[in-house]
Amino acid sequence: MTERRHFRSESCPSRETGALGVTVEIGGIPISLRGGDPDFCGLIEQRYAGFVNPKAQPAFEFEFDLDSPAEPSNEDARVFKKGFVWFFERGDFRAAWDVRSRRGRVRQSPNPYSLDTVLRIAHTLVLAGEGGFLIHAASAIRDGRAFLFSGVSGAGKTTMARLAPPDADVLTDEISYVRRCKRGYRAYGTPFAGELARVGANLSAPLDTLYFLVQGPENRVEPVSPSDAARALLRHILFFACDRDLVQRVFDAALAFVSSVNVAKLVFTPDSRAWELIQ
Amino acid sequence: MTEKYIARSRAVAARILDAEMIIMSATDSTLFTLSEVATVIWQAADGRTPLSQIVRQRVCAEFDVCLDDAYRDAEAFAEDLAGHGILRISDRPILDETSGPRVHL
Repeated sequence: MTERRHFRSESCPSRETGALGVTVEIGGIPISLRGGDPDFCGLIEQRYAGFVNPKAQPAFEFEFDLDSPAEPSNEDARVFKKGFVWFFERGDFRAAWDVRSRRGRVRQSPNPYSLDTVLRIAHTLVLAGEGGFLIHAASAIRDGRAFLFSGVSGAGKTTMARLAPPDADVLTDEISYVRRCKRGYRAYGTPFAGELARVGANLSAPLDTLYFLVQGPENRVEPVSPSDAARALLRHILFFACDRDLVQRVFDAALAFVSSVNVAKLVFTPDSRAWELIQ
Repeated sequence: MTEKYIARSRAVAARILDAEMIIMSATDSTLFTLSEVATVIWQAADGRTPLSQIVRQRVCAEFDVCLDDAYRDAEAFAEDLAGHGILRISDRPILDETSGPRVHL
């Protein structure tokens, strides 16, 4: 069953500190972002339009300190844990997040793309604890079921999203959100956009099939063995930390996923007929 | 011949899926897939059993291969995995790593 969420976008002062804050709810996990300045809060609201939920009770909180403006860095983020505190670092941000208090502090340039990375890292850590993950994949809901289209850059994620028929709701063209639930897995829309440059629909639905995209001369679906599926999935899961426990969790999550979800290869020509196979 | 001992690194996640051993390094997230013979060696790499004994009692017993060839291949395999940091090799028993990662079957 598809779940649809409508949030009214509004920034509001924190009840506790009076500081400006925005609660961004992605994948059903509300994260409160507080501090910064009104301009930055406005930027966050714009960037995450459709995912701002002022009424949600935050599961986690981040307090912001804004640095001087800087472009997002191209280097890889370093993510590591000391005791109960996770640290995320890159040229354009530094964050510390205490898993016990569920609070963190971020120092970053006033750039929503830096915040994007901080949020992605936080969500990957949360999801790893419950058997879910973020994955480089486009996704869409059709007939109440979610379909994922994964692949490397250039494989056709944005193309599949762009070619989606009117009866399909595109969840994202770049980063898909997968949570484990009682009866399997559920895919959620994300504001993390690729070339389409459009936030996904804030919807969720039970996951039907994960397709690995390969462009070819015709449209067809090919089976994938569980071990090939696991290897391909592990290559496409967003994964930041070189932490032994986390690696084990992500590894277990990927293997559990391929054991219970349909996984196939979608060979497709870049036109809308490929969607005839997605039923 | 100097005895060699091999032990699985603790900084990996490993599991058999669809009759293939898949290993993921925790240090750089590299993925490895082992052949049937390599899987037997990996599973026996407890840090206490000499490699020669593993080859004789496990590899040669389960696969149609001569001892010398099997040992040479096993040494090369062990050194390759050691180069990636997912296996340790020593000329004495490796007692601190004997528990290794849990191998899920």
